[in-house]
Amino acid sequence: MAMAETFFSNLKCRECGALYPKKATHVCEFDFGPLEADYDYAKIRAAISREKIQARPLTMWRYRELLPIDGEPTVGLQTGFTPLVKAERLARALGARELYLKNDAVNYPTLSFKDRVVAVALTRARELGFNIVACASTGNLANSVAANAAAAGLESYVLIPYDLERSKVLNSLVYGAQVIGIEGPYDQVNRLCSEIAGKYGWGFVNVNLRPYYAEGSKTLGFEIIEQLDWRIPAHTVIPMASGSLLTKITKAYQEAVKVGLVNAAPFRIYGAQARGCNPITAAQQAGTDLIRPVPRPDTIAKSLAIGTPADGYYAVHAMRQTGGAAADATDAEIIEAIKLLAETEGIFAETAGGVTLACAKKLIDSGRIPRDERVVICITGNGLKTAEALDGQLTEPARIKPSLREFDALIVKNEPQRHGDAEKIKTV
Amino acid sequence: MAIEVSIPTPLRGLTNNLDTVSAEGATVAALIDDLEKKYPGIKTRLVDDAGQLRRFVNIYVNGEDVRFLQAQATPLAADAEVSIVPAIAGG
Repeated sequence: MAMAETFFSNLKCRECGALYPKKATHVCEFDFGPLEADYDYAKIRAAISREKIQARPLTMWRYRELLPIDGEPTVGLQTGFTPLVKAERLARALGARELYLKNDAVNYPTLSFKDRVVAVALTRARELGFNIVACASTGNLANSVAANAAAAGLESYVLIPYDLERSKVLNSLVYGAQVIGIEGPYDQVNRLCSEIAGKYGWGFVNVNLRPYYAEGSKTLGFEIIEQLDWRIPAHTVIPMASGSLLTKITKAYQEAVKVGLVNAAPFRIYGAQARGCNPITAAQQAGTDLIRPVPRPDTIAKSLAIGTPADGYYAVHAMRQTGGAAADATDAEIIEAIKLLAETEGIFAETAGGVTLACAKKLIDSGRIPRDERVVICITGNGLKTAEALDGQLTEPARIKPSLREFDALIVKNEPQRHGDAEKIKTV
Repeated sequence: MAIEVSIPTPLRGLTNNLDTVSAEGATVAALIDDLEKKYPGIKTRLVDDAGQLRRFVNIYVNGEDVRFLQAQATPLAADAEVSIVPAIAGG
């Protein structure tokens, strides 16, 4: 891509609209509102087209004009453009007509949607001159910061709740990141990180670089539109932790219309949380935008366990304004949904994916999502990272001696109806 | 009966760099008005033109967010502990 041109003009307070220079800062000095990237949409509209985008490599950077960097991307060049899977067997199981799975469980390089946000945040961190990058994380972000920082030659510090899944911890350690386990839930990790970011001159991807980082999530929305042959799906179901992903996919759909890539069409946005940490869903269902914090999250969906969601207010409004809704899922429902997804579509999602599918099922069963309209479910992380959630939940493998006789006996015992009697097997 | 109010770093420019100040008021609203008298300019940082607490400003009374008490009408005892804390962005 020969594009040194920038379409990204300022940072702007989401509350009062005050403009700020494009530095490592994330909060309005006046009213503490979050800062967001602001673009010259007229210039973008004139500069891009479907044809131009389609001629570019199949990565998230094909939507470069709508991302908040100044120069060429330098981190995560292979990230994104994950499969949009038409899920016919799952659709039958749910009683839905047309169902798609946006499968970021196979995102590059660390198998979650966080690779998108980190690609933007670290590209911007380099533009701003940072040599050390850091994050507060429930796991996936830590993995992605660690891997992408290693590949970019940056030093990284990742701060996580000390009791995360072992696989998620290993997946940060292996890249040589400084991994620090904090004795407390995510919200305390996050609070500590905001103090550290104020004291150390590091680039915290989800603190002082958050306005850049958060925009990376939009590429998931742009890809869904392009993969549906430039149409916005009627219904999109999205997991919610801070609420940022849901807010940014909504923004992506709106921006795609604004810059002329797609015709305006009604769409509804739905949010999914775990029952054991459901502050945004609870607010949406109660008809309020006042988010009551969950001080002690208790769910196997640890990647979604944010008790004080920074974008909860905006997520509630995105659901309300589009006519969507929210749902939540118990741990048992999460496990069932992980198994259903694996058995019908061959996709092993992490616990957050179980949350999203379980909530989609509820929204379809309750009639909130019509059975005969197009639905996209966002699967944002890989099951191999939270495999321990399935300990004791699956049938253990059979164990036999290396003997054909034992094998025959096992097959006949397990599936006599499919294989006939033992005599028949022996004659094959 | 002065109530101790803890002031976050970004607002200390208005309080002569004091991290804790004293103010009076039987309710949160009255307390904010008294703070404004002593430290002009602080009120507009806490509440919007309609008088609503700004979305990313939290005021805690004895550790409870006033949004889940009676908002600005929340009564204050003489020994109330009041903290002003900007919401933490992140995650």
